[in-house]
Amino acid sequence: MTDKSLWQRFSDYHDELFMAPWRAGIAREARSEEDVLVALLFLEALGIPGPADYYALELYPDLIEAFHRWHQRMGMETFPEAGVCC
Amino acid sequence: MPAFLLIVITLVAFYFAYRFYSRYLAEKVYRLDPNFVTPAHAMRDGVDFVPTHKHVLLGHHFTSVAGAAPIVGPAIAVYWGWLPALTWVILGTIFAAGVHDFGSIVVSARNRGQNIGTLSGKVVSARASTLFLLIIFFLLTLVNAVFGVVMAILFEKNPGAVVPALIVIPIAVFIGQWAYRMGRSIVIPSILGLLLLYAAIPVGQAYPIYVDGLAEAVGLSVRTTWIILIFAYTWIASRLPVWVLLQPRDYINGQQLIVALVVIFLGVLIGWDTISAPAVNEVAPNSPHWFPYLFITVACGAISGFHSLVASGTTSKQLGNETEARFVGYGGALGEGALALAAILACTAGLGAAGDWNAAYADFGAASGGALGHFVTGTGHFLSNLGIPATLGATFAAVVVITFAGTTMDTGVRLQRYILEEIAELAGVKALVGRVNLLTTLAVLIPLGLALLPGGDSSGGKGFAFGRLWTLFGTTNQLTAGLALSIIGVWLLARNRNPLAALIPLVFLLFMTTWALLLNLGDFFAKGDWLLLVMDAAIFVLAAWLVVEAFTAFNRERRNPSAGAEES
Repeated sequence: MTDKSLWQRFSDYHDELFMAPWRAGIAREARSEEDVLVALLFLEALGIPGPADYYALELYPDLIEAFHRWHQRMGMETFPEAGVCC
Repeated sequence: MPAFLLIVITLVAFYFAYRFYSRYLAEKVYRLDPNFVTPAHAMRDGVDFVPTHKHVLLGHHFTSVAGAAPIVGPAIAVYWGWLPALTWVILGTIFAAGVHDFGSIVVSARNRGQNIGTLSGKVVSARASTLFLLIIFFLLTLVNAVFGVVMAILFEKNPGAVVPALIVIPIAVFIGQWAYRMGRSIVIPSILGLLLLYAAIPVGQAYPIYVDGLAEAVGLSVRTTWIILIFAYTWIASRLPVWVLLQPRDYINGQQLIVALVVIFLGVLIGWDTISAPAVNEVAPNSPHWFPYLFITVACGAISGFHSLVASGTTSKQLGNETEARFVGYGGALGEGALALAAILACTAGLGAAGDWNAAYADFGAASGGALGHFVTGTGHFLSNLGIPATLGATFAAVVVITFAGTTMDTGVRLQRYILEEIAELAGVKALVGRVNLLTTLAVLIPLGLALLPGGDSSGGKGFAFGRLWTLFGTTNQLTAGLALSIIGVWLLARNRNPLAALIPLVFLLFMTTWALLLNLGDFFAKGDWLLLVMDAAIFVLAAWLVVEAFTAFNRERRNPSAGAEES
């Protein structure tokens, strides 16, 4: 037995009805946006001068994990440039 | 005859179908196994593969498959009388749609949740995936064209529906922002949104919006102007992230769908309307004959290939237990049949005396061009039984169809963009690959060209081209269903099970579709409709191709069953 109120259960059911059909599509869109952002921020690591580098330096520590996942999705199991991530 | 009696007959038939036929399918044909580990568990990733409660899944599946199409098709088809239309809706839903939707979920779930496109290449033949791509291209082109015309007709005839149809957009955007930016429950905002939408209906009536001035300024007819505006909106809407507009719009549609079904059936019960329209209508000799056109005109609502895309695209990936495929797949098909029944009632009992009905359905042009107007008027009448003024009720019905059609076009243009890119890759047209704006523009311009065909305009042949476009749409929808039924049939044969449950609707559909395509060919040739002739010929080639692929695959599996090879 759950201690959730009837309203809470209805609300959960209702919101799940809203989310379920689109969960996959939205996650894909979010991932593709993240891919663009990460690519933009880490252009320098790839040897290309990045126009956003100066403005985004402080984001590097927060995004290094995302960058690791990104290069793996792009087909590089380990990143070739030393000292960037893995 | 009391209209309510038809509701009772249909629902009783659906009850027994669910109780007995779907159980037969579950136990003897698909042999559902409660211990089978579904892809939602085996491949759970929190994104695509998520075990979902069966009631949520039914709600999601039903609102995804039901839209404007099960309203438009029956609204045209009652031209041949309510009896043939209702018989096809009942029998088609029970023996074709139920088998097709249920089977698509099961076969996909047994193949790691793969979609119909992938399965066609794997189960039928490698060539079949190209066939699938081409059928879907035509399906989406025709969907976007007919729904563009549907919305334009409704805006032109119901200028009071423009304000509520526009209000849906900010309501949807607000719900999307509330859900994703605030991360809070949307129960209260969504109820308030629905109330706001209904409050906008009398406002829309007080302030109807006409585009006559604009149309005159640019030298186009009113309907053409609306069509261009609608496609321009679709270009923008389909370029927005899905959570901003499409998802909440789709959700509002789900709410509207339930409300519309409830008020129509309640209105029929309380008003106790009788059907004065003929059971079988004596149509003019030069009109399309119900045999085979009925089976092409009513696709969604009897059987629709589009359902297999939903069933295998998302539903199968969220199936918590294989036995729930019966509840979700067969139950969803019955729900769509109920919506088609509501459309039949609105376009017969809702139109009043026999004289009024005869005037509304004087010929096929009036039946097809005016189909939506008839549904809107009929629903308005049912709402007047509930004490709501008929004009407000009619605007409510127009808004329901417009929001369905708008969302379908948004989705259709997005999907068409992907299909065009895939076709461009296959054809080696590098200039199109990755060019999202160009692909979206193409996905909009191709159906726009079709929607602007002469004859569909009020100044032309009373919407006769719309009726023809609709039957062409029906043929592509039925071919998609034929491909899914081929996959299901081959899959059953490979396991030495009786494939007749899938084979009989498959043969029936392919026969009716190819026959209707052939009749259309002669008709388009005689009238000199060259563009429609070329499209019809192309779809006919696809139909013939499908017959060959299905026959070859059945023959191969009959001789050398490959049971279990692809199951996870």
